[in-house]
Amino acid sequence: MTDASLPTGPTPKGSIYTQSPRVKRRNAAEGRFKFYGMLAIATGLLMLAILLFTILSKGTGAFQQSFITLNVPLLEAKLDKTGERDLEKIKKVSTFGYAPIIQAGFETTLEQAGLQSDLKVKTQAAILSKSVAADLRNYVLTNPDMIGHTVEFKFLANSWIDGYLKGRVSRISVADNKAISAEQLDFADSLRDAGILRKSFNPAFILGSDASDQRPEAAGMGVSMAGSFFMMLVVLFLSLPIGVAASIYLEEFAPKNRWTDLIEVNISNLAAVPSIVFGILGLAVFINYMNLPQSAPLVGGLVLTLMTLPTIIISTRASLKSVPPSIRDAALGVGASKMQAVFHHVLPLATPGILTGTIIGLAQALGETAPLLLIGMIGFIASNAPGSVAEGLMSPNSAMPAQIYEWAKRADPAFYERAWGGIIILLVFLVSMNALVVILRRRFERRW
Amino acid sequence: MPVFWLVLAVLALGVAGYVFGRMRALAAAGGDARKLHSRLNYYGVNVALFTTIPALLLIAVWMIAQPMLVNRATEGTIPDTFVAKGSSIDLVMSDVRRVAEGLDLAVARSALSAKEARALRADDSDIRGLLGEVGVALGSDVKPEILRAAQTYRELSKTAALWMTGLVILLALGGLGYSIARTRADFRARNVVEKAVMGLLIGAASLAILTTIGIVLSMLFETRNFFGLHSWSDFFLGSTWAPNFRGDSELSILPLLWGTIYISVIALLVAVPIGLFAAIYLSEYAGAKTRAFAKPMLEILAGIPTIVYGLFALLTVGPTLLAIFGDGGALGVSWMKGATSVLTAGVVMGIMLIPFVSSLSDDIINAVPQSMRDGSLGLGATHSETIRQVVLPAALPGIVGAVLLAASRAIGETMIVVMGAGAIAKFSLNPLESMTTITTRIVSQLTGDGDFSSPETLVAFALGLTLFVLTLGLNIFALYIVRKYREQYE
Repeated sequence: MTDASLPTGPTPKGSIYTQSPRVKRRNAAEGRFKFYGMLAIATGLLMLAILLFTILSKGTGAFQQSFITLNVPLLEAKLDKTGERDLEKIKKVSTFGYAPIIQAGFETTLEQAGLQSDLKVKTQAAILSKSVAADLRNYVLTNPDMIGHTVEFKFLANSWIDGYLKGRVSRISVADNKAISAEQLDFADSLRDAGILRKSFNPAFILGSDASDQRPEAAGMGVSMAGSFFMMLVVLFLSLPIGVAASIYLEEFAPKNRWTDLIEVNISNLAAVPSIVFGILGLAVFINYMNLPQSAPLVGGLVLTLMTLPTIIISTRASLKSVPPSIRDAALGVGASKMQAVFHHVLPLATPGILTGTIIGLAQALGETAPLLLIGMIGFIASNAPGSVAEGLMSPNSAMPAQIYEWAKRADPAFYERAWGGIIILLVFLVSMNALVVILRRRFERRW
Repeated sequence: MPVFWLVLAVLALGVAGYVFGRMRALAAAGGDARKLHSRLNYYGVNVALFTTIPALLLIAVWMIAQPMLVNRATEGTIPDTFVAKGSSIDLVMSDVRRVAEGLDLAVARSALSAKEARALRADDSDIRGLLGEVGVALGSDVKPEILRAAQTYRELSKTAALWMTGLVILLALGGLGYSIARTRADFRARNVVEKAVMGLLIGAASLAILTTIGIVLSMLFETRNFFGLHSWSDFFLGSTWAPNFRGDSELSILPLLWGTIYISVIALLVAVPIGLFAAIYLSEYAGAKTRAFAKPMLEILAGIPTIVYGLFALLTVGPTLLAIFGDGGALGVSWMKGATSVLTAGVVMGIMLIPFVSSLSDDIINAVPQSMRDGSLGLGATHSETIRQVVLPAALPGIVGAVLLAASRAIGETMIVVMGAGAIAKFSLNPLESMTTITTRIVSQLTGDGDFSSPETLVAFALGLTLFVLTLGLNIFALYIVRKYREQYE
């Protein structure tokens, strides 16, 4: 019975080559839907691009600083009246004693460059940073032989002049400003044209210490970087062994019972606890109860350890799980004990995965700020680099993200540029850690 | 830092024990390691473990127990009548500890000799001035009772530290001697070591429970203290957040909760549509190349530290919004007064949460079996109809779970709201106004100068506990939903 029966119902009106309005509508909806998806992705990527662009455009300025190069006559009459070059006596000249020297430096340099200025020498010298006298004094104390000679010295310009060169400060914006006047900006212009005032790379921003809120031009990240380094040291030395031990137990030995379930539930919940809660824990337990010092990288490290442990445990378990059971069976088959099988065979094979998980955990800990606020790693000026490991762990310090927060809170907008610059440094660390993860994965990841 | 050196000493003993153990075992076997029950290393490790582990454990327990015991003993020396009404013994003890710390510091800076510090009397010397010189600022003059208690406190702490050092060294040596004495050729060293290692593994795993207990207990105790000083009805049911130092602060969580929820809702309004559509596009439409590019790119957003978002909110998004809605802005309206606002923080937090929603939803959408899509497409549905009417309903529980997890992240997020949301606690519907959240208040109450016995500071612990319970509840609920409905397809 293969006779095709004629259709009895109403025949479809159109053909498949012309779309009915309904199909048109459905296809339009299809297009719209797909467009929304692309729009969403584009929005996400756009946000990322805006974020990165903002960081780069606002932060790169921090790596450059305006310097004024002066020929400074280190007058013997002012610095070493006796002429004995006795350090103790030279030290008696305070930073105030160096102000006339710097002013003399302006006079000499202007004369040599053939520049004229109506400004008083004191007003001219006011375009320098407040820290220059101390810098020059340190230089003289380390090189007392240079007294009596004229030396070329690079002085930091103050943040207003620096901002003027970078376009942050204009003549209009300084109209009501007591710290800087339009005449001084004119003076700065003439210095710039003469090549005396110049922007150049500023290593002190990366390696130097923080400065008080009067001197944004002198502030740097170095000391807080050391603080972050010591915290990461604590995190690494605690969370790696503890995390690996916990994962080995849970993955290889734990019997299926209530206790194990409880541990598992706890770990997955700790991974989702807000980081500030860990800060409260650190404040209550480590500082208030155990009386560990406030602001110490040791305490910061302990808090961040507790915070990163779940991350490390989760990734370590995943990499232990990916080692095939045949490895364990083979080890057991030739007479190894269960413990030997795990420690001699499974663990080495899981090492790349454990390492990458640890680095990811460290990167997370490096950027974390909220708990550090509570244990007091803000609110002071991290000015002294730690001298030893014990001091690095126990003496108050800041950390990179806390330092950025500290700068963002200060009133002077010159600090904002430094905060963005600090973020660039922080992101460089994070990107290199993540790049390391990618390389390790490419190099060592094994598919069984 | 004596504890540091003590730990080093114990570890050094452990290394020595390892060497001794090996030597002893080898000697016991007459120089032929094959006659031993276990491999040679195990004998060394056995001695090292027995030397270090009990001693280190003792240090840990001592460090936790000592402050408590010393506190209690010192409390006993303070007469009950000294504790003023409305104050508590804890308040007095925090003064005592501060004085004791000051004395320690004074001795360390050699402003006082150890003997002088013991013999000090409050009546005939200016303790406050003395401690001020070494950098410990006290709120009021030191009373004789406090000074005496502080001296007792120092005395006890010192004795306790001495005892700890002695006992720890003794325990380490004892462990060393005991395990060396046990080392014979037929001693089953491997079995003993493996048992000990197993114990360590279990200990490490249990640390997660310990952390949770620590979190809950530390906040619970201080919260109890808080409710001792402040009425719970005002905290939970009041309508004003107005801390002051006159002693009649109104500390209600409701305005803070409102700010938190409002900001989180805005964040989710940004993150959920973008994240969800991104996930749908990536898993259903995008080719392998687009996917390999866009997915990691979006996930970069999740790897950026929150401080960066905070700065972005404070210095870029806030001023931009102000330039649009503020006085003399692009729209010519003046709806916005300052750069910090609910919208600022919400939008930035939303950006942060995009990858969170998208990667979780992506996983869930991918887990929907292909046969369901094939069935729908085979019946003539368009691709988008398949997604809307088949895939999404199947993935819905998972997506709801992902959104709940994102909400819990939003509620607990700190840096963005600290820098972008402002500090004014109020009930308002205007998203351009500045508002404050639970986490912001925790930070500001605990980073101020207030002492740890005033309700204005202690309220932070109550807020923290609320936050913990809230996020924990959301997480558990989310996991429950995901777990309950996922099983249908497995």
